[in-house]
Amino acid sequence: MSQTLPPDVVLKVDNLSIVYRTDRGDVKATVDVSFELKSGEALALIGESGSGKTTISLALIRKLPKNAVVTGGQIFYQRNDSFQDVLKLSNRQLREFRWNECAMVFQGAQNAFNPVLKIRKQFEDTAQSHGWTDKAGIRERALGLLQLVRLDPERVYEAYPHELSGGMKQRILLALAVLLSPQVVILDEPTTALDILTQRAIIDVLNDMQRQLNFSIIFISHDLSLAAEMADHVATVYAGQIVELGGVNDVFYQSLHPYTQGLLTSVPTLEHTQDLLQSIPGSPPNLITPPDGCKFHPRCAFADDACMKDIPPLTVDVGAHLAACWHKDRLIESRKASV
Amino acid sequence: MSSPIIELKHVYRSFKSGRQIVPVLQDINISVNPLEFLCLVGESGCGKTTTGKIICGLLPPSAGIVNFEGADIASLRGEEYRRFRRRVQIIHQDPYASLNPTQTISEMLSYPLFRHKLASNRRGVLQRVRELLDLVDLSPVEDFIDKYPHQLSGGQRQRVSIARALTTEPSVIVADEAVSMVDVSIRIGLLQMMMDLRDRLGVTIVFITHDLALAKYFAWDGRIGVMYLGRLVEIGHTQQIIREPQHPYTKVLLSAIPEPDPEKTRSKQHIQLRSEDIPRLTELPRGCSFHPRCPWYVDQVCDRDVPELAIPLNSASDVEVACLPLQQGRELELHDA
Repeated sequence: MSQTLPPDVVLKVDNLSIVYRTDRGDVKATVDVSFELKSGEALALIGESGSGKTTISLALIRKLPKNAVVTGGQIFYQRNDSFQDVLKLSNRQLREFRWNECAMVFQGAQNAFNPVLKIRKQFEDTAQSHGWTDKAGIRERALGLLQLVRLDPERVYEAYPHELSGGMKQRILLALAVLLSPQVVILDEPTTALDILTQRAIIDVLNDMQRQLNFSIIFISHDLSLAAEMADHVATVYAGQIVELGGVNDVFYQSLHPYTQGLLTSVPTLEHTQDLLQSIPGSPPNLITPPDGCKFHPRCAFADDACMKDIPPLTVDVGAHLAACWHKDRLIESRKASV
Repeated sequence: MSSPIIELKHVYRSFKSGRQIVPVLQDINISVNPLEFLCLVGESGCGKTTTGKIICGLLPPSAGIVNFEGADIASLRGEEYRRFRRRVQIIHQDPYASLNPTQTISEMLSYPLFRHKLASNRRGVLQRVRELLDLVDLSPVEDFIDKYPHQLSGGQRQRVSIARALTTEPSVIVADEAVSMVDVSIRIGLLQMMMDLRDRLGVTIVFITHDLALAKYFAWDGRIGVMYLGRLVEIGHTQQIIREPQHPYTKVLLSAIPEPDPEKTRSKQHIQLRSEDIPRLTELPRGCSFHPRCPWYVDQVCDRDVPELAIPLNSASDVEVACLPLQQGRELELHDA
């Protein structure tokens, strides 16, 4: 590995593996995960609860819980000419890295504002702990960002959290996340637990922000519709592994992994006709003793002996669309047959 | 047409919060026909859960009448009341909170059988518990019967909740967001199982959800009722509402929902609200409570009288809408946001 990345790549994750040490054994939460994030792109990590998507994102900002151990792999980050090996950053460097380079909006964080501090103070604290002490400058930047997320800046800046609705707080968080102009913003379930009309507002605001500020987004969601609407690339995460990775249209229209296909046929649409839907049988595996071979094989209609023995690698057949499946051809055949 | 199994007539419900009175439901009129699939949809705080609890008798209305099989449930006494409670059951949203962690599945399902004397002896109870687990596809039964809730997945727990609701052989089940806490890949399986229960056991299901796509799937041959701030604003056949929503709130809602299809969702036209602020229930605007946000708002009409549900003038369908300009047969004009 040379000490640089291609010029348009801001983040590269290489064969990352993470386990959680527990009394019951090691939980293999992330297994050999690799992906790249390009400048200005939105990557969606989709998967069900417990699939390991949050673990991957926590590793990117080195915020894993204490019992987590990175057992292999590397994370590289690049901005202009500076190149960093994220897993080797010292504490001081890490402080520089977080928020300045890579910010994260945690799931449900709209409820985690300090209730006794005004929004102004929460912006100032963030800036100051990263070495920015010029209050007038902070204020100017903050008001501009609050405007960008379509809030009434003056009013909101001097408000306490309890005076604001959930949707407003979520938008303030988005503004706060980009306060220090990070190049990468990680959003964990950014619209979950918000009402439909509030979700719509958040999606629109995010699109505006990304167009104007041109940061890259990694967002984690179980909601396929959100990925369909916002992502440039989609990675499907199952049992700690990325099982499919490709452009949003490729993944949604030409899925090459039975799990992604299964997810797609289990969500209803609002289209005018009645949906033919089907759940994926079974339930996700226990990550302490995952099945041998492909982790999806116990639930997969295409599985055979090969799937039970060997883990399929995440490989490319056409273009830049990767999938980890021994029987992509069978999936494609079955899709043709069902049309 | 058979007579309705559940009927809500001018139902109001308010809660006290400090010195304030919060009107959570206002003038709700719904009748549910036997074996019908009815979905109540709306955003948080619209009163859909309160409506569900009132249907089950878990919460009395502040005013208005709830009929079960034609009889006012407030007038039921003794065995008649117990029969109503047996015949109308609820499935709660969160299977992690609604099951007693100290009881095994078998204990959980046996209790209502003993309580309502639905089985004569221990063997009969056990036999029934097995039947119930089988009914909700928790098989082989041996693998589940002596388990505790923490040993089950979310989907399995929700199946136990459904089995528990079925113990008393209900004719109506209110399913309050019954699948929203369950993983996407198994949601539809649960839903399909509930839909089968209608055919197998003759259960009428009132499904409460915030997810319109799910409502569409569930109630494709049934009806949807859309709620906003404690009132029903539109109710009618699902396919008509999804295809041609009439009430401004329903239109905005449908236009806002992202679709799991990149091209469709990105080309979708989103209707902009005039305001994103949701009014507080304690400070509801005068007239139609949607008017401060409504993009089709008509001055001097919408801010005066509260609209009641009615079929709009010149409407081809029998969908009822609570919108005065529509009822007067006006052409609606879209305001710019």
